[in-house]
Amino acid sequence: MENSSPTSAAPSRTLATPPRVARKDDTVPSPTLIDVKGLDFYYGAKQALFDINIAIPDRRVTAFIGPSGCGKSTLLRCLNRMNDLIDGTAVKRGEIKIRDIDIYGPAVDPIELRKRVGMVFQKSNPFPKSIYENIIYGLRIQGVKSKTKLDEVVEKSLRGAALWDEVKDRLHESGLGLSGGQQQRLCIARTIAVEPEVILMDEPCSALDPIATAKVEELIHELKKQFTIIIVTHSMQQAARCSDRTAFFYMGKLIEFDETHNIFMNPKNAQTEAYVSGRFG
Amino acid sequence: MTAPSHFYTSRHSFQRRTEGTIVWAFRLATYVILLCGVFVIGNICLKGLPTVTGSFRSLKQFPYVTNTFLFEAPESLYIFKHEGVKREMGDTEYRAFREAETARATAEGRPVPEFKAQSYVYAAGGIWPCIVGTVLLVVGAMTIALLLGVASAIFLSEYARDSAFVRFIRLAILNLAGVPSIVFGLFGFAMFVLYFDWNVSLMSGWFTLAFMVLPVVITASEEALKAVPKGFREGSLALGATKWQTIRKNVLPFALPGILTSSILGIARVAGETAPIMFTAAYVVRDKLPWEVAKFGDFFFQGVMALPYHIYVVSSKIPQNAYTQRVQYGTAFVFLGLVALIAGSSILLRNKLRGRYQW
Repeated sequence: MENSSPTSAAPSRTLATPPRVARKDDTVPSPTLIDVKGLDFYYGAKQALFDINIAIPDRRVTAFIGPSGCGKSTLLRCLNRMNDLIDGTAVKRGEIKIRDIDIYGPAVDPIELRKRVGMVFQKSNPFPKSIYENIIYGLRIQGVKSKTKLDEVVEKSLRGAALWDEVKDRLHESGLGLSGGQQQRLCIARTIAVEPEVILMDEPCSALDPIATAKVEELIHELKKQFTIIIVTHSMQQAARCSDRTAFFYMGKLIEFDETHNIFMNPKNAQTEAYVSGRFG
Repeated sequence: MTAPSHFYTSRHSFQRRTEGTIVWAFRLATYVILLCGVFVIGNICLKGLPTVTGSFRSLKQFPYVTNTFLFEAPESLYIFKHEGVKREMGDTEYRAFREAETARATAEGRPVPEFKAQSYVYAAGGIWPCIVGTVLLVVGAMTIALLLGVASAIFLSEYARDSAFVRFIRLAILNLAGVPSIVFGLFGFAMFVLYFDWNVSLMSGWFTLAFMVLPVVITASEEALKAVPKGFREGSLALGATKWQTIRKNVLPFALPGILTSSILGIARVAGETAPIMFTAAYVVRDKLPWEVAKFGDFFFQGVMALPYHIYVVSSKIPQNAYTQRVQYGTAFVFLGLVALIAGSSILLRNKLRGRYQW
């Protein structure tokens, strides 16, 4: 067993102080948006995901947790077909349906898919352009030229990412001049500028300090009113704090998927229990 | 006086002596190289500079002053005695002088003077057509090399999946880098001059030189593309950009400074190589300048004079004498200056781009 990150080893037993779980109204069932059925995924000859079945609800925050190499990021990258970019990857069996459309189907253009399923990466990756240019990048490539429309989107996205007040006076300065947390929120703003339905977040706070992390988590709470959010995280506290449902992965298999409250307070599976209580991982 | 003794007292030992000797050996090697460089450049500058500075001549009209060595075509030098005075003149000047003197003598009713001159080829006039030719060759060849090279580098590093075929291509490119330039010259001669029937022309020279620097440009462009962080590509693709949009907007601009750095090396090579152009593009002498063509299409299919080939001609193809030396050194000096100028402006351009695209 490896120690994935220092934060995951912190709590002992079944969390002495109960985490602040999602509000009650968020736990009411929501219709399924993404439906993964019997997914087997391969990197070349190596199987990375084994028979994954998971139904991700619309406009909720779903957290993927598990030790390094457990397949959580791989599954995340299947959802917008970012894995296509890696040589030799293949979905060998099963399907992923978003709104009942099989996204690995023959008529699906991954480019169109990625416009609807946005992604925020572990390492914040603002482009070395101005803040303004960063936000409108997605619209530019779609051919939007109207200055008023672009200005509007920039303000809306930055407000949406809780960054507007901090950067409104320096929109035309480089995005690289921002702090780490601001950069990550800029990336989130850039993602919501193209108005996706789903936002995938691949360990978005792993390089941020606790204050910046808190801001991003607060933002996630706001964003889920509009977007379906899936967040991969190494920090169990983070999953507990900001997700409605949590999926625990181990060795490429989905071990348990339930409401976050249940996963942390009342896990059904012994492995889940061991992981969330910090006994391994 | 004895030094205080403790754990870290410095002691003489074999290792310490070796260390000192080795450092000095390395230092000496570096200084020898420096010395060679200084000697070569210094020698060319010392002997070449007077040729350029000593060739100013005033003109009757604008720009009132010209440099005959830089801005005139090469001419034969005529040395003769006239009315007891020894004179040195270039070809055109000599003929005009002879006619004027003959006319003056006839008008005054004197016998026509006899002119007995010794002539030395290429020892007078300048190297303007060579400068023009070299600039044209460099610009054209680098344009072709960059277009082809960057395109294939993009294909290899961004699109091509790793396969036996791609590895074979890479190997072929690496091998191409080791081919001697004379072989490129022969290839260009067989392929462009004869098979495509382009004759000895700018086109043949451009393509031959371009193929010669292509491996350098491809390899370096690939490195430059690889140096662009993966996050730029992923971030762009995740926003729904196509691969080409991603490359054009978010990869290539950031790779450009690196690509230019490599092409600076390419420029020096393209400008400097004699072997590839001697069969494909260079004329020993051509009295017309490249833009003096009947129609636009002819521009591409004319041979040109070039600085490296001119140096070769004046230093090994004509009888050597006291008068050829000034041309040899002068040409070499101008050549160095020209390469420095082209490379310098590329460096400026690169630095400007670097400032604009930094991460």
